Amino acid sequence: MADRSGIELVCPAGSLPALHAAVDNGADAVYLGFRDGLNARNFPGLNFSAADARSGIEYAHRRGARVFVALNVYPSPSRWAAATAAVDAAAEIGADALILADAGLLAYAAERHPGVNRHLSVQGSASNWRALQFYRERFGIRRAVLPRVLSVAQVERVIERSGLEIEVFGFGSLCIMVEGRCALSAHVTGESPNTQGVCSPAHAVRWVERPSGRQARLNGVLIDEFAPGEAAGYPTLCKGRFEALGSVMHALEEPVSLNVLDILPQLMAAGVSAIKVEGRQRSPAYVAQVTRALRAALDACRRDPASYRPPAVHAAALERLTEGRTHTLGAYSRPWQ
Amino acid sequence: MKLSVGPLLYYWERPDVFAFYRALALAPVDSVYLGEVVCSKRRALKQADWAAIASELSAAGKEVIFSTLALMEAESELAALARVVSASVTIEANDMAAVQLAGGRPFVAGPHLNVYNGQTLRLLGALGARRWVAPLELDAAALAELLAERPDGMECEVFAYGRMPLAFSARCFSARVRRHNKDDCSFVCGEDRDGLTVYTREHEPLFALNGVQAQSAQVRNLIDRVSEFETAGVQMLRLSPHSDAAVPFAQVIEAFAHAVRGERAVECPASALPGGYCSGPLLEARR
Repeated sequence: MADRSGIELVCPAGSLPALHAAVDNGADAVYLGFRDGLNARNFPGLNFSAADARSGIEYAHRRGARVFVALNVYPSPSRWAAATAAVDAAAEIGADALILADAGLLAYAAERHPGVNRHLSVQGSASNWRALQFYRERFGIRRAVLPRVLSVAQVERVIERSGLEIEVFGFGSLCIMVEGRCALSAHVTGESPNTQGVCSPAHAVRWVERPSGRQARLNGVLIDEFAPGEAAGYPTLCKGRFEALGSVMHALEEPVSLNVLDILPQLMAAGVSAIKVEGRQRSPAYVAQVTRALRAALDACRRDPASYRPPAVHAAALERLTEGRTHTLGAYSRPWQ
Repeated sequence: MKLSVGPLLYYWERPDVFAFYRALALAPVDSVYLGEVVCSKRRALKQADWAAIASELSAAGKEVIFSTLALMEAESELAALARVVSASVTIEANDMAAVQLAGGRPFVAGPHLNVYNGQTLRLLGALGARRWVAPLELDAAALAELLAERPDGMECEVFAYGRMPLAFSARCFSARVRRHNKDDCSFVCGEDRDGLTVYTREHEPLFALNGVQAQSAQVRNLIDRVSEFETAGVQMLRLSPHSDAAVPFAQVIEAFAHAVRGERAVECPASALPGGYCSGPLLEARR
């Protein structure tokens, strides 16, 4: 059963079974997107019809959990009507919050549905309190999801100065670029998170078997080559191996996952309102495992932050689910600037 | 059609920066964007230096605009932003923090604000935006849609020449590839006067690393499409600075100046940077 006295656990749902898995395993809130190409996980076979979303919201509400609807692409003029219709639909089926990035869409939601909470999406790229002040004053946002670029000390500062609930990423794939400010995928494939809600889209991926190994290509561009026996990761552009200064390396980022299990007490002390799990594209089983592990860790941390240690069994479970089997604290662990 | 020179995205040595802008005073461009957009640790030029450059350029008849940092995290960065805004200059806002501080006064909505529809554009217009630089990832069709919805008096500027700024990170890539820690970066980004080219393992130039910024390896060059943009209602084309080792920048300006005057095309000099030119938002000739 959900517990709101500590940090809220916000889990991903790409389908109704995933939503059930999140709620059943202790998520305080679940976030989802419609099947309309207007959210940042616009993948084939993923996301919700309005009817499924309504059913999911009922399921969650009966069990004390909330549901947030992500509408976090930046709609082009030709998709504006679809975007506002999606905002209306989310409000109509009883979403507890809208996760929005586009300023125009935030203005629309604030005007038409003032009673529905507005959260600034990570895609809104707000990495400082002054930018958040803009969104709070103009559109009355209640919460913001911060880009994965800030240290814990910087997160704390943002919380102090912004007067908003702050949600940070806690587990899952790691964007090394500021979300909402990355056009790498647009450059190589013509499709991007901002416009189509996709990064390094699956339809552009081609695996090529060579005697030397397996090549991962994105729209023809060689992103990586894996030796026989080497684990082959999805060719996300920023996680490829490239040649720089004469060496082949992960020039931008290694394929690792973010995992804040070790620093939950610091995040709690900083005043973080919610921890977000990445992964609406993941299976219900994955969502269940991650939710269960983070629920246990958050509960342990809330009970006794001073002597908190990541629960071993759950830490091990999360480790098995991380990309490349390694994890990082990302920017959280940077020294204070 | 007017021409602008965008902010210098690379970290050049002080004398080189002064020399670059001294030459620009005489160049056939209408507007010049000054200031540091990429990394607040780059302090070869102080605010007073930028102000001096600004007065020289203004005296030469150029419109001068200060571009603000794109990725703002630290309190010191917000304080520096506040100083620029209070100095009564026109700014190019590259973060909503800048819009928040400059709101109510005329400003340019920079390429790193996400403006993808008429509603957002009108909202920024009501706050004082008089010009906006289209996001780099927009193709011509998406741009045309947006132009049809812009408010009266809102100018549109398009990034027409240069390695394309594609992404920003908390990580310094220039330091990373040299195995330096970001906090002890030794300003190694200064070694790459036009960014550090990253190749695929098939030696195809893909990206260019410039501090915390990732750029395209290819140089976008829209000189053959000037009349197309003019017809579409674009008022200004942006040329992004490169070192003369990459391309004789004065000749690039000259070629664009001919093109916008509708005169017989002058040959745009070839780029010596790995990757050459591309004319669209996408990598070209992909198989």
